[in-house]
Amino acid sequence: MNNTKRISIFCGHYGSGKTNIAVNYALSLKEQGIPVRIADLDIVNPYFRTKDSAEELEAAGIPLISPVFANTNVDLPALPQELYALVQQTHTHAVMDVGGDDRGAYALGRYAPYIREEDNFDMFCVVNFFRPLTTTPEEAAEVMAEIEAAAHLPFTAIINNSNLGEATTLEDVLATREKCEALSRMTGLPIAATCLRSDLIPVGREAEFMPLTLQKKYF
Amino acid sequence: MAEKVLMKGNEAIAEAAIKAGCRHYFGYPITPQTEIAAYMAKRMPKIGGTFLQAESEVAAINMVYGVAGAGFRVMTSSSSPGVSLKQEGISYIAGADLPALIVNVQRGGPGLGGIQPSQSDYFQATKGGGHGDYHLIVLAPASVQEMADLTGKAFDLADKYRVPAMLLADGTLGQMMEPVEIPEPEVQAVEKPWAVNGTKGKRAHNIVNSLYLKPEILEKTNFERFEKYKQIEENEVMYESFMMEDAEYCVVAFGIAARISKNAVIAARKRGIKVGLIRPITLWPFPTEVIAKAAEQVKGFISVELSMGQMIEDVRLASGCKKPVLLCNRAGGMIMSPEEVLAKIDELAAL
Repeated sequence: MNNTKRISIFCGHYGSGKTNIAVNYALSLKEQGIPVRIADLDIVNPYFRTKDSAEELEAAGIPLISPVFANTNVDLPALPQELYALVQQTHTHAVMDVGGDDRGAYALGRYAPYIREEDNFDMFCVVNFFRPLTTTPEEAAEVMAEIEAAAHLPFTAIINNSNLGEATTLEDVLATREKCEALSRMTGLPIAATCLRSDLIPVGREAEFMPLTLQKKYF
Repeated sequence: MAEKVLMKGNEAIAEAAIKAGCRHYFGYPITPQTEIAAYMAKRMPKIGGTFLQAESEVAAINMVYGVAGAGFRVMTSSSSPGVSLKQEGISYIAGADLPALIVNVQRGGPGLGGIQPSQSDYFQATKGGGHGDYHLIVLAPASVQEMADLTGKAFDLADKYRVPAMLLADGTLGQMMEPVEIPEPEVQAVEKPWAVNGTKGKRAHNIVNSLYLKPEILEKTNFERFEKYKQIEENEVMYESFMMEDAEYCVVAFGIAARISKNAVIAARKRGIKVGLIRPITLWPFPTEVIAKAAEQVKGFISVELSMGQMIEDVRLASGCKKPVLLCNRAGGMIMSPEEVLAKIDELAAL
């Protein structure tokens, strides 16, 4: 996925895989020598967070900004003040991992004026057509409109992250391409990438997919 | 065949309930089951159903009581502290002989506890929970697919016997995602001549009530209800038996603990230890006969639980204390590894 915008925002339906993609994307920027920070804006789900990748991100030298109470038993949707630095200090790239659905995207709204003013951002909609309530392009478009309204920011591209978890096959992912193209036509937005777990990518077809390494599993 | 979707256990429960004909959901949010409420909030308005976030768990369960009395399929869901709050209403529903579904996606306790998975509401679910002599039919899923399948089953059993049913899951199963096929059940149109849904001037009033001031009559309803429980115990026990044919040792575990135990059993077999697994799917009625039979065959049992040891009492009772029953447990939201279960199997084999 080629992107030169300073801020990359990952939004989408609940459980569509935003965090995994955001972490993988930040790591790939860093590998290219681009200074980057990552922020956990999830105020919806106390589980499966950017902070689950804290060790990996730290080892790669990527600063993580996350709510103080993330990964604790305190279910408090408060965001840290350091998040303003992410949008106001323009010398490093920023990856923003936003909570699911419109409910999660509300957290983005308060930073939207700064992001719009700088106007150097991509907002990706992460879609998994195997997830309930976004199994069709129409349903996915409905969720996208709700997220844009809550975030006060427009999407700029779509990322197809269709998968069935550990049971995913290459064929499953390829079968969703038509739906994603239909969503692209409906919304007028380009498809920035199709994600695939790196071990599923056939030799010689690396250019077609954004390779994903999944977050550490606890159970 | 239905198409596969990637669902959280909580979402699978919600969609399966809708497919089973449930059009009324009342609840109050609590981690780790809030996805059920969120899903219902999105879906119910689109299919002419009712989603209502009540002012409290107590209010929600009493709304369930009302809709169940009117003869409709209805459910609520919560997690451990919230289910404690619902106990009075659950007792009333049981006392009024109404079918309803209560989902408990358990978290660590007691008290406010934590938001990590637990199985420490086993006693509460299977031994009453609320006041009075009553039982719930308690089903314990062990996969996202079973979260869906047993939801439909719970509605059917509740209607068949006019007994409230509980789906006893845990935070892991609620939060984990797996591919799932939501069954398209043939919704059984159960006649509910007792429902309070209008006499239309053609019949006497139906009364839904759990208050009996004459002790003779209250005693009679209790005895009649327990006749019904006896039928359920005879006809509705569900369990999975894994590698038990030649087993010398038996692991007993339900839900997420059974998944972990299965891996341990496979690993122990590779080491030459003849061990099997009995997984109760109905926690009430408990598979007493199956455990009793196993007690004739094996040298000992291990109860694997995410609690300080609750189901172990039923394993001891069912096995007649004829063989040693060890406990392999974690609590407070912690989960054991297959290696911990394996170490306990080694311990039992060395006795």
